[in-house]
Amino acid sequence: MTATLAVSRAPATSRATRDRLTGTGALIRLNLRRERIPLLVWVLSIGAVAASTFSTIAALYPDTAERAALALSISGNPAFLAITGPISDTSIGAISAWRIGAVGTSMVALMSIFTVIRRTRADEETGRTELLASAVVGRAAPLAAAVTVAIGASLAIGVLVAVAGIGSGESAAGSLAFGGAMAGCGLVFAGVAAVAAQLAESSRTAIGIACSVLAGTFALRAIGDVQSSLSALTWLSPQGWANHVQSYGGNNFAVLGLFVLATVASLLLAGALLDRRDLGLAMFPARLGPATNPGLRTPEALAIRLQRGAFIGWVVGMAALGAVTGGVASTSSDLLTGNPQLEELMAKIGGAGAITDMLLSTMGVLAGLIVGGFAISSALRMSGEETADRLGPVLATAVSRQRWMAGHLLFVVLGPAILLAVAGVVGGLLNGALVGDMSGGFGAAVAAMLVQVPATVVLGGLAVALFGWLPRFTALAWAALVVALLLGQLGQLLQLPQWLMDLSPYTHIPQVPTAEMRWAPMIVLVLVAAALIGIGIAGFKRRDVD
Amino acid sequence: MSTAIDVTDVVKTFGAVRALDGLNLSVATGEVHGFLGPNGSGKSTTIRVLLGQLHADSGTARVLDGDPWRDAVQLHRRLAYVPGDVNLWPNLSGGEVIDLLARLRGGIDTARRDELIERFELDPRKKGRAYSKGNRQKVAIIAALASDVELLILDEPTTGLDPLMEAVFQDCITTEKSRGRTVLLSSHILSEVEALCDRVSIIRSGAVVETGTLTELRHLTRTAISAELDAMPPGLIAGSGVHDLVVDGAKVKFDVDSTELDRVLRVLIGGGVRSLTATPPTLEELFLRHYGERVEPAVGEPAEDHTQTRRFGRHQKVAAR
Repeated sequence: MTATLAVSRAPATSRATRDRLTGTGALIRLNLRRERIPLLVWVLSIGAVAASTFSTIAALYPDTAERAALALSISGNPAFLAITGPISDTSIGAISAWRIGAVGTSMVALMSIFTVIRRTRADEETGRTELLASAVVGRAAPLAAAVTVAIGASLAIGVLVAVAGIGSGESAAGSLAFGGAMAGCGLVFAGVAAVAAQLAESSRTAIGIACSVLAGTFALRAIGDVQSSLSALTWLSPQGWANHVQSYGGNNFAVLGLFVLATVASLLLAGALLDRRDLGLAMFPARLGPATNPGLRTPEALAIRLQRGAFIGWVVGMAALGAVTGGVASTSSDLLTGNPQLEELMAKIGGAGAITDMLLSTMGVLAGLIVGGFAISSALRMSGEETADRLGPVLATAVSRQRWMAGHLLFVVLGPAILLAVAGVVGGLLNGALVGDMSGGFGAAVAAMLVQVPATVVLGGLAVALFGWLPRFTALAWAALVVALLLGQLGQLLQLPQWLMDLSPYTHIPQVPTAEMRWAPMIVLVLVAAALIGIGIAGFKRRDVD
Repeated sequence: MSTAIDVTDVVKTFGAVRALDGLNLSVATGEVHGFLGPNGSGKSTTIRVLLGQLHADSGTARVLDGDPWRDAVQLHRRLAYVPGDVNLWPNLSGGEVIDLLARLRGGIDTARRDELIERFELDPRKKGRAYSKGNRQKVAIIAALASDVELLILDEPTTGLDPLMEAVFQDCITTEKSRGRTVLLSSHILSEVEALCDRVSIIRSGAVVETGTLTELRHLTRTAISAELDAMPPGLIAGSGVHDLVVDGAKVKFDVDSTELDRVLRVLIGGGVRSLTATPPTLEELFLRHYGERVEPAVGEPAEDHTQTRRFGRHQKVAAR
């Protein structure tokens, strides 16, 4: 009798565990069906970029001496170190991995974040999960299915990247290590997103939390790589681990274990949080709001209210980016001390001052791309209002279409300028304070950031134009940002033709303070942005509202 | 001006789908006009044309003597709208939404708002995402009724309301009517339409197929007759206005077209009537007839009507897939 009891208890526990995951298989198929196009685009585009980078580096730098010079100039350049991290070796594979990994790890992470949040919190927010959960579906099944799909896609990218490396004739061990590091970043951020999905009631906030973690770990790695005294920080960051793997160099496969550990730990945390909350709610109970609000009386006030929260988050993020820029810039010349070979190399391009300038311009370009994302997302807030059926009731009041747009356009036009100014001012003040000289560094930092404004507004304007004319294709604005990012990061290295490079608005921005300020392209970009916004308004005024 | 809404031959297509197919609709100033039709028949499309959110392909639509597309902003100061599926901003409280929508319309009667919030038993401090379906509807209803407007356009406004709140809603609409406001009420709740509406328009496949007072519409359908007779009168046979005839000894039961009622009653009297029950058509029967449940046409019905009914029956199947 006792024995029977003891035996029956064990299956009971495992049944409870199994019950939590009942239906995961069916949900995985559902997720694959719903995410098939985004996942295909992510996986194939990252794979294609990897493959083309391997072959281009091989074609451009066939000579070992050339590659050694390139590696040396990279390790002496704080701008490169901050954005892309150190280089592990002078082989073609190592240089390709260094180049792909910089953008690639963030892309894989973003893919995981978007996939997991869309198929967990966003479904919960719209009530779709409620419908599914009433069927024979375990409590943890939706989360498990979303994470499984994201992990599967990350692994697919890892395999594609490794195959691209091996196919280009690079070492199999290095290719596997590199593929593992890329996939590992996807795994870790699937876990991070799983936790974020438990914390926030809205999918927007959940994506914000997960992306903040991504930005934070990027900053930790950047600081650690530039400041040798703080190099321990790189061990706190998945992007740092990806470099510590030293693909095509040391090939430290053991480091890959860190990705697995972090993923398992964050998934366990997400599961525990899931058990402690109600469906549709977050960890923290919703607060009551005001019963009346006489201040909320104009469409502009509504737009400000809707965009406020996200904008404050962006301001904090850009201030942090500014702080990293200022801190790194103030110590950039230290890299040269004690390395006569580097000193000689850098003297050719203008010495220590030139290095600081180069760092500021590079960080400005990065900030410009990030803020371009803000411009698009704030413009597409309009599209979100329309698809959520919240636009109809507002337009049924005495609010004209252009007036309704005006509130959101305020953010599209002024938002990027404010965000870049925040980054520039924080960076400039910190750099000035650390160097002890406000006269030179401050203005340069502010200029490096503000010069990006026209390009970001062009992207925002493109989103507005799409909203006005092709409301179903507003996602193309994000595609434009990705194209601009790839052209900017890889275009020169891959020696793409100029007309192709010119498609990106960022190509036309003078890289102040490294380059001279040129007003003509700035004015043209502003006119293009204004035209796009005008086209968008005209389109929205004449089209049917969904 | 005696016409608040005047729609003539409006056509609206979405790609290959003809959502409105020559729609005519007329709502007199001061009346409560019921707007009925099955799912997907074009009720919401019509309303969104009236709100200037959709541009009609052809035909004319006039609202409060203005062009709903061109004069949208001016007209919207004088009307209020309640959608059938209210979506609120997740992080705005219900009270904030009520204030916002009413103020965007041009002003809010705060005393009236407070009274409505109390009558509908709404907690205005809850955030949008915390409301149930019925409570979201209440937010939009209160926002509409708290504005001082001439015309209310209500698109299935009470879906999700409990019966108590439904009663409060009907009470409020009666009050609005007594104040001389015009109401266009799209609804599926027949008791609501019966209680509130002066006139009714029935829409099917993008065109209004019947319009009139409920009394007028009743004339278009059948009365159920059940009688006990001394003898079976000659001439009482199925067809020629008599349907579903059941003879059980001296008892007869049948439905009769309202147009044939007088003639058939005379025939019955010829048989010596001992007892007689005549049941007028309910609104449900009226609708079922127009919604296409009874696809077989009565004999003598115009052939055109016949084909329409058949076409509608097919349309329903397509929509159901």
